Amino acid sequence: MNIFDIIGPVMIGPSSSHTAGAVRLGNAARAILGEPVAEAIIGLHGSFAQTGQGHGTDLALVAGLMGWPTDDLRIPQAFDYAKETGLKYVFKNINAGDAAHPNSVKFQLIGRMGNESQVAGASVGGGRVVISEVDGFALEFTGEFPTILTLHEDRPGAVAEVTGILSKRGVNIAQMRVFRRNKGGLASMVLETDQPVDDSDIAAVTGLPLIRSVRRINAIS
Amino acid sequence: MALAKVSLEEWIQTATAQAVSFTDFCVDFQSKELELTATEVLARMEGMLFVMEESIAAGLKGPRSKGGLVGGDAQKLQRYLASKQQNMLGSFIGRAVAYSMAVGEANAAMGRIVAAPTAGSSGVLPAILFALKAEYNVKSLDLAKGLVVAGAIGMVIASRASLAGATGGCQAECGSAGAMAAAAMVSLLGGTPSQVGNAVAITIKNMLGLVCDPVAGLVEVPCVKRNAGAVSQAIVAAEMALAGIESVIPVDEVIDAMDSVGQSMHCSLKETAQGGLAITPTALALTEKIFGNKK
Repeated sequence: MNIFDIIGPVMIGPSSSHTAGAVRLGNAARAILGEPVAEAIIGLHGSFAQTGQGHGTDLALVAGLMGWPTDDLRIPQAFDYAKETGLKYVFKNINAGDAAHPNSVKFQLIGRMGNESQVAGASVGGGRVVISEVDGFALEFTGEFPTILTLHEDRPGAVAEVTGILSKRGVNIAQMRVFRRNKGGLASMVLETDQPVDDSDIAAVTGLPLIRSVRRINAIS
Repeated sequence: MALAKVSLEEWIQTATAQAVSFTDFCVDFQSKELELTATEVLARMEGMLFVMEESIAAGLKGPRSKGGLVGGDAQKLQRYLASKQQNMLGSFIGRAVAYSMAVGEANAAMGRIVAAPTAGSSGVLPAILFALKAEYNVKSLDLAKGLVVAGAIGMVIASRASLAGATGGCQAECGSAGAMAAAAMVSLLGGTPSQVGNAVAITIKNMLGLVCDPVAGLVEVPCVKRNAGAVSQAIVAAEMALAGIESVIPVDEVIDAMDSVGQSMHCSLKETAQGGLAITPTALALTEKIFGNKK
């Protein structure tokens, strides 16, 4: 934490959790999909469902899906821009369970090139967000760092391969965690790095034997 | 998020021992923490000031809020004060109060603001800083330094208590914003480091226990007027501190008390809209009116 976490962010009001955080959740979901969003089903849970409209949460989520920053002056008109650019969206109220954070959202996205992603996350206060699920995988990251998300075989060496190649390429890992569905099956690594990760880094990781797929999520501002 | 506790009293002792102003101490210390030069830090803060000034101007135009509960009151106050030969607030407090409501109303209308420390309490710092500029002729660079002081105080509070209404009630948001603004004011007007500490302590003491009970869960009622209240508390505390009045309870202990009060506060009074003003008959009727079609 530093003084610019206290004095800032610059944002469109009215609420850091219900507006700025909602933009960042949209940003993260778009980054995970990896391409511009064509269609979105946006499930709102808890306080997002109950008071979201009064906070512009709906506008902020759509703005985030279009890749806009939290201080974009067009956020109040996000629906008009979405219409112009051909982003189709529907909102529905969902019950993500008692354990879910009250400011939770679940996106089902289809990209312009046809990629599909499901992303769930929550706005946890002060505009900070946590992504808790990607394509049915329970995991956890904040999007505050450049992030690499793998899908890999849960076998000895998978983690070492990835960390080894990143260290050779001069990418320092700030945090990393491994999540798996079941032992020996498919697993996911979340690596948050200090340096931005470029296309060649991703290609190098993708080429590793135990890696099935890799996604990159740039740090959300 | 567990942060290592920061002691404001230690900073005050260090600044006093080094015989530097609290402003210079904070600018130097925070620049080193950020691994930036003081010029770079102040340039970023001047960017924040630019947005703050815009948000005051936007709010004084009288925008209506998203939920429809607030808007136009900053403008009303400004016009009223301008029309009176004499008024009870006086020019400094009157200006600051109108500015704080302007930013609060701009925020509620989905305008652009600086969350400082939060969106709900975003009116307090711009109000005090731009009142200082208008009434005391404080230069922009010094206002930027004031923001560094305010940010430093916010970090102490975040480390010992909280800045979030959902964790500590409104005392954590408007109370902290008031304390941050009081510190900036005292430091920019030539107060000693220990006077800065007293201003922070007195502001928080006078706002201890303030609950967060937003009508319909929106950042509108009572948030806009609470920003105005925090501004007046900050000015009262700053002037007392500059006069040499001391807080009997040391500032770190006051901040710790705010933490314990926040923890004892029932969750219905911490941003959930389940208590206080949020469940008055009028508030419930307004909630029904705003969201009735959705539930």
